[in-house]
Amino acid sequence: MSAAGKTSYIGLLKNGIFGENPVFRVALSLCPSVAVTNSLKSGFLMGIGVFFVQTMANISVSFVRKFIHSRIRLPAYILIIGTWVTVANLLLEAYSYSLYKQIGLYLQLIVAFAIILSRAELFASKNKVVPSLFDGLGMGIGFLIALVVISFFRELIGKGALWDYQLVSTKPILLFVLPAGGFFAVGLLMGFFNWIDIRFFGGHGASGGGH
Amino acid sequence: MVKLFELIVAASLVNNFVFTRYLGLCIFFGVTKKMDTAIGMSMTFTAVMVISAALNWVAYNMVMVPFHLEFLKILVFIAIIAGFVQAADTMMRKVSPGLYYKLGIYLALIVTNCIILAVPLISADSNYTFIESLVFGLGSGLGFSLALIIMASIREKLELADVPKPFRGLPISFVLTGLIALAFIGFSGLITL
Repeated sequence: MSAAGKTSYIGLLKNGIFGENPVFRVALSLCPSVAVTNSLKSGFLMGIGVFFVQTMANISVSFVRKFIHSRIRLPAYILIIGTWVTVANLLLEAYSYSLYKQIGLYLQLIVAFAIILSRAELFASKNKVVPSLFDGLGMGIGFLIALVVISFFRELIGKGALWDYQLVSTKPILLFVLPAGGFFAVGLLMGFFNWIDIRFFGGHGASGGGH
Repeated sequence: MVKLFELIVAASLVNNFVFTRYLGLCIFFGVTKKMDTAIGMSMTFTAVMVISAALNWVAYNMVMVPFHLEFLKILVFIAIIAGFVQAADTMMRKVSPGLYYKLGIYLALIVTNCIILAVPLISADSNYTFIESLVFGLGSGLGFSLALIIMASIREKLELADVPKPFRGLPISFVLTGLIALAFIGFSGLITL
């Protein structure tokens, strides 16, 4: 965990977006990054969903952190996260039923996301409400950006379209919107981010252990 | 009977959770570095999957549907799974320490796996009967095991390969999974349920 200063809220935001970007750097919660990114729209909405749940869960966990005995903290956090996931799920169902049919399953599975639970456990359970809010915002935005980047390339390359708007009349490489293409897209993008990290920042280029 | 067989083939091959529904990726990439862990995980996983399918079916169709509490399904399912896995963990430690020593670590990991939650959610949405949801759980478990074992055997070879530096570790594994997923596209249309 990089040491983001206690008072530096900007630092917390930055940490979520770059330093510990959930998808590209820490490599947690990979399922949705492949599953819902075949169009920009669903990728964006899923990102918003995660953003919402992460922020609200961080705030709630931070609020109740003093009342929860440490032995039952994990089940308690899961229930808190589950509550917010239910809220997000019902909201999406009301907002757009057709999209809900597409990404509803993955939205419901946010509850089993390692990233949200790990932020609740690592950060929100030890910090005050406001820093936890910013940590949640940062992680949520980081996740949102990752999903948007992946789905941008997949929809552009796979369908020649963006946000359901057809840009060119051909479909360059249809493979990229198919199941298999998602894995290629994520793998290549991860490699690209590692390459940037090694080339320009002198890092090791190691994305997380895959868990 | 034919329907059940179709369901098992559909859940394990046609709609393989890893390759066509992209679920359970964290565990998939986490435990496939070695064959031993992959096999341990797949056995634990299949067992937990079938039992959780049964428990959740009972909770959903006997309690939640009659009382119109379907909107609580996410919370209830995750609580049942977490509780059941915790119980299994404790029982295994008492009853069979040898087995616990081998498989205990996987049990703890399973709670944060999305497939284990996806199976009851999907079978609740598809209105499966009790037997059907058991079979669906079994098929999904077998499919996941197949994926783990394929991936583990490739990754053991990959250790020796000369991969460009930025692609070492996860990125190359993703590309590999993409290739296997391409092969699995071949199963689509085999069975239409």
